[in-house]
Amino acid sequence: MCFPSTTADVAFAVTTANRFAIPFVARGSGTGLAGGATPLDGALVIVTTRMNQILEIDADARRAWVEPGVLNLDLTRAVSHLGLHYAPDPSSQQACTIGGNVGTNAGGPHCLAAGVTSAHVLAVEVVLPDGTVEILGGLAPDAPGLDLRGTFVGSEGTMGIATRVCVRLMPDPPEIRTMLADFTAIEDAAAAVSAIIAAGIVPAALEMMDAQATAAVEDFVHAGLPRDADAVLLVEVGGLHGGVTHDASAIDAICRDHGARTVRIAADATERALLWKARKSAFGAVARIAPDYYLHDAVVPRTKLVQVIRQVYEISARYELIAMNVFHAGDGNLHPLLVFDGRTPGIWERVHAAGDEILRACIDAGGVLSGEHGIGLEKRDAMPLFFSADDLDVQARLRDAFDPDGLANPDKILPRGSRCGELGAIPDGAWV
Amino acid sequence: MTPTTAVAEIAAAVATATAVVPIGAGTHAEIGGRVLEATEVRAPSGIVDVQPFDMTVSVRAGTPYAELDAALAEHGQECPLDASDASATVGGIIATGLSGLRRLGHGPLRDHVLEVEFVTAEGKVARGGGPTVKNVTGYDVPRLFVGSLGTLGVITRVTLRTRPRPAASEWFETATAASVLRGALFAPTAIVRARGVTAVLLEGNAADLRAETDTASFAPSAAPTHPVGVHRARIAIDPAQLDGLLTALDAIDGLDSLAEYGVGTVHVATETVSGLVAARGAAEGLGGWMLRTGGATDLDPFGGTFPAVELQRRVRHALDPTGKFSPGRVPATETR
Ligand SMILES: Cc1cc2nc3c(=O)[nH]c(=O)nc-3n(C[C@H](O)[C@H](O)[C@H](O)COP(=O)(O)OP(=O)(O)OC[C@H]3O[C@@H](n4cnc5c(N)ncnc54)[C@H](O)[C@@H]3O)c2cc1C
Repeated sequence: MCFPSTTADVAFAVTTANRFAIPFVARGSGTGLAGGATPLDGALVIVTTRMNQILEIDADARRAWVEPGVLNLDLTRAVSHLGLHYAPDPSSQQACTIGGNVGTNAGGPHCLAAGVTSAHVLAVEVVLPDGTVEILGGLAPDAPGLDLRGTFVGSEGTMGIATRVCVRLMPDPPEIRTMLADFTAIEDAAAAVSAIIAAGIVPAALEMMDAQATAAVEDFVHAGLPRDADAVLLVEVGGLHGGVTHDASAIDAICRDHGARTVRIAADATERALLWKARKSAFGAVARIAPDYYLHDAVVPRTKLVQVIRQVYEISARYELIAMNVFHAGDGNLHPLLVFDGRTPGIWERVHAAGDEILRACIDAGGVLSGEHGIGLEKRDAMPLFFSADDLDVQARLRDAFDPDGLANPDKILPRGSRCGELGAIPDGAWV
Repeated sequence: MTPTTAVAEIAAAVATATAVVPIGAGTHAEIGGRVLEATEVRAPSGIVDVQPFDMTVSVRAGTPYAELDAALAEHGQECPLDASDASATVGGIIATGLSGLRRLGHGPLRDHVLEVEFVTAEGKVARGGGPTVKNVTGYDVPRLFVGSLGTLGVITRVTLRTRPRPAASEWFETATAASVLRGALFAPTAIVRARGVTAVLLEGNAADLRAETDTASFAPSAAPTHPVGVHRARIAIDPAQLDGLLTALDAIDGLDSLAEYGVGTVHVATETVSGLVAARGAAEGLGGWMLRTGGATDLDPFGGTFPAVELQRRVRHALDPTGKFSPGRVPATETR
């Protein structure tokens, strides 16, 4: 393990790894949920936490150069006095790094309208897997040739290590309205989500918590959430007065039309912060129910949300597990959470089997394997559920172009056998 | 999704050809350099599936943008690809990768593309990305294809993100300096300066538009027109350098320009090649670059230095080992 302080240090570490032909793994805070930063086979772990400086803030051009170890929330805090913020806000934002966010193409509640990390990275300085340093993207709107910046973002450390990132900053909306609507049936809440979108409104954030999650969070945060609701929606709109007023009253009416018992509007910044705290501490609240959890991440078409959530309940009941759902309803990004006590004999097998079934249900509903956590190690072997052999071959070739020697975080993202030529080496009956 | 017959035919043609160039409507055929002798393939046309509740649309690459826009308009939605020529095809627009004038408000073209289906150099039909609005399953192949200029494969179908059409949308001319407007307005869709006139496009709630322009300095106006000339190009520069660049460009005789503030794109046109050469010099002098988009066939399509060129070459070679796609285009990254 090493803790570089500069780009040159990272390049030296990578070059050294090359010299001895040992694999290397980039690591930020290690909050990743797909095992992307987990080292295998004695890999060199290159930790960026010492590279934690905000190098330059240009308020007029609305951008900042930061080192990869800067914590997500620290960046927003550093620019808030300028009326700016960094839009992608993963629930882990107090702990995760910008480098890790770039590695996973992280999302967050406010990415519904603002877009995920890739839309907020203008340029990235990368130590490529051979130790050379390149800047991908740039301050100009486009760079000549291929968008290698776009390819790098979300590559989970398999295409090199980000050592400096130029991020886009967004102006704070002049007005914000945050609403909490409570429903006695989750179907109604989901129908309200669809109706909001159908009305031509794209809120800044549109989050859902089911009954189990709402109760757990309320016990933990005491935000005044209705403990008897079947589901709550947390909806935020931001912008100029006219649009905000219009959208907020339309959303209020839509929620009531779809059976909301109450629609609570945060009276001030304190109440808004409390509602968001409730949403973002959902995973912490779970610890009060059982010591362990397995958090999933998949996206389904918005129109399939209810169907898939019903399947999640059915699957977890069959495996005698508690399931909770706290998720980004606005973009169909589900986060089923299986809660359990890892000391129970045989429980891990049940958890994994249930997880597999949930993933298949999402794919069968026209969904994808991951919306924001990434593939890493966790979902690597599920990739053939979603991609054909030809699709995977393209991705393997793309990766090899960045990393011909296969030392950058090997064995992540792509299952063995992804390269066409490798197929011959696959044992009979293997899942490719 | 199983490939259509038309796609299977393209795949068969690509598999056996030694040189292939995907053609859309031919509106941008000069961009990136002239393609040498090659078999022309055209992606099929037609809208596959509009999903207004999911705010996505799946469309065959040969579909004209105008047709896509009309289909989305029926649902009160749009996908702001904003082709400068409505006959341009969706695949052609994406392969060319040039964002329209609303980029400041809606983001670059690459942010609208969720999934691509394409024919590989080996004549296989492959897919990257996914049909949902949010997705990190595997590498971001769709973004790689945006702006790839037909050098990586033949795009046959794409899934795009859509958005509600704005309730109100209006251009205003203003006396306020372009560089000041970005801070003065909350979320303008475009701020441009052409022929000495600054104009802004505002979209959204009608009352907000009125409130933001309720001073003497704003007057409703027509949309600005693109520069006209035999020789045309597009400059990309750090938007913080825009005022300096425009001063230099204004000094070039007969050069017409339209600059996008907050973005850093400047469209230029002139009747003389020397005018474009001077514009390129000015752009490169300030750390920008210029893409030739029409005329001036002897001028290098990109000019200057090519970033991360070795890596770009490797990526192109990885997807097209024999160099069959669009030979002659993007010469800097060609390997054969
Ligand atoms: C309670 C909780 C809530 C969460 N909520 C969200 C959420 O709302 N949205 C979301 O997207 N994620 C969420 N996550 C997941 C996680 O926080 C994100 O994936 C985050 O981006 C990881 O950042 P990190 O610094 O911890 O990276 P790590 O976990 O250290 O690394 C993640 C991946 O990025 C690679 N990487 C790290 N640094 C670099 C670098 N400098 N260059 C290239 N690659 C690099 C690693 O190799 C690895 O593959 C949550 C996690 C927790 C524990």
